[in-house]
Amino acid sequence: MKRVLAILMLIVAMAAMPVAAYASGEEGELNPQEIIFEHLGDAYGWEVPFSHEHRIPLPIIVNDNSGSWHLFSSARVSGGESFTDDGVTYKIAASGDYEGKVVQVLADGSEYRPCDISITKDVCALFIASLLVLWMAFALVRFYKKKGMKAPRRGLGAAEMLVDFIYSGVLKDSLKEKAPKYAGYLLTVFFLIFFMNLLGLIVIFPGGANLTGNIAVTLVLAVCTFLITNIKGNKHYWKDIFWPDVPLWLKFPLPIMPLIEVFGMFTKPAALCIRLFANMMGGHMIVMVLTLLIFIFAKFGAAVLSATTLVSMAFSLFMLLLDVLISFIQAYVFTMLSTLFISLAVCGGEEEKKVGLTEN
Amino acid sequence: MELFTPDFGLVFWMFVAVVLMCVILGKFAWPYIIKSMGDRADLIDKGVLYAQEAKEQLDNAKSEADKFVLEAKKQQSEILREAARMKAQIIEEAKEAASLEAQKVMDAAKVAIEQERKEAELQFRNEVSSFAIQIAEKLLRDRMADKNAQSQLVEKLLDEIETKN
Repeated sequence: MKRVLAILMLIVAMAAMPVAAYASGEEGELNPQEIIFEHLGDAYGWEVPFSHEHRIPLPIIVNDNSGSWHLFSSARVSGGESFTDDGVTYKIAASGDYEGKVVQVLADGSEYRPCDISITKDVCALFIASLLVLWMAFALVRFYKKKGMKAPRRGLGAAEMLVDFIYSGVLKDSLKEKAPKYAGYLLTVFFLIFFMNLLGLIVIFPGGANLTGNIAVTLVLAVCTFLITNIKGNKHYWKDIFWPDVPLWLKFPLPIMPLIEVFGMFTKPAALCIRLFANMMGGHMIVMVLTLLIFIFAKFGAAVLSATTLVSMAFSLFMLLLDVLISFIQAYVFTMLSTLFISLAVCGGEEEKKVGLTEN
Repeated sequence: MELFTPDFGLVFWMFVAVVLMCVILGKFAWPYIIKSMGDRADLIDKGVLYAQEAKEQLDNAKSEADKFVLEAKKQQSEILREAARMKAQIIEEAKEAASLEAQKVMDAAKVAIEQERKEAELQFRNEVSSFAIQIAEKLLRDRMADKNAQSQLVEKLLDEIETKN
């Protein structure tokens, strides 16, 4: 009864809060698209929790047009200020092709985009996720070294369960005896994606970066899978691409099937890349749109505002919970498909050989 | 659209991070974790197998013990039966021996009693004869106290002799 009362109170407070804000009557032009893309995109600083104005400064590393490297804090160029380092002037472009990026202002006033490997918000989040994965893995290793044959409990138990789930359930099934060789890449990728996904769902500081919803991140992962698949591909894999088991007229004189297969070589990792990117970005975007609905409906009066607040908060909560599930599923799917592609490339032909042997 | 054009800086750092992590984790963490998990699974399997074997052995031991107990019981009853038989036999033998001995003792007693009786008879006769002689003597003395009687007797005896001759 007490709990129900508490929940009711919370709902009433949630409904009343925007009304109070509405009554205070602070007017400002709302640009939902800009807000959404600002949250989804990268930035040179990281917002301090619950404040949009203050940002944690991050290092900017750029290579100017004369080829020398510059390192300075993002606080120096925030708010559209220009910063001169060793006679080279930098600022964040306000408009144009390089909007929101650090550009070098040349003597004639034109903007030059230098080679930019700054530690941006996304890069920083990537490091945090990587460190978490490393910490988790080495915590497990330390546990085994210390406790020997005992089974870990709680958090470590869950981590071990995940490792076992991926290794025994996915890797061993498709890669068989070659599983340990590729476990290094596949397990790392699974945990990296999983941690990045989950960190993205946390709204404040250590999280909040839309990392796996950034195409650069998923592109690198897909390229890694592509490289491993094609470098480690065996004779059977290449034969399947250039001389598949189809009627002759499909591959000679016009190489129709080989063309499709070569195309497939690239579409498979591309699908990996787009799937993860779209899923995670979509999840973030929906939550953001639901939140922004409150502000969009604010124009229509207090009652509409209260109702919208309740409904969109309920939906946001539901979406965020769903995103937790999606975080796992997408990490799992990426790992599973990568394993499948790699196993097709490195294990293909062996089964047929075995079948042939048993038939003979 | 910024979202769809990969940023070089992020691609660069992502690549560095992934390669570094794959090398570090692939070398020092995952193989060790997988090996430890496998070792533990093996240990558990072995333990289960061991327990099963132990249980089987225990069951076997139980049935074996039951068998032993059964055999022992059989032996016990056999021994008991043998003992009972032997007891009866011994009693029988003892009885026989006792009766034989008793017979012997009785025979000996009979012989002794007979002898005693004979001896007693003999003694009795002797005593009776000596008594008779003494009585006769006394009688004789009484009858022959006076001279008349003596001479009469002599006369008479002499007569008798004479008549006889």
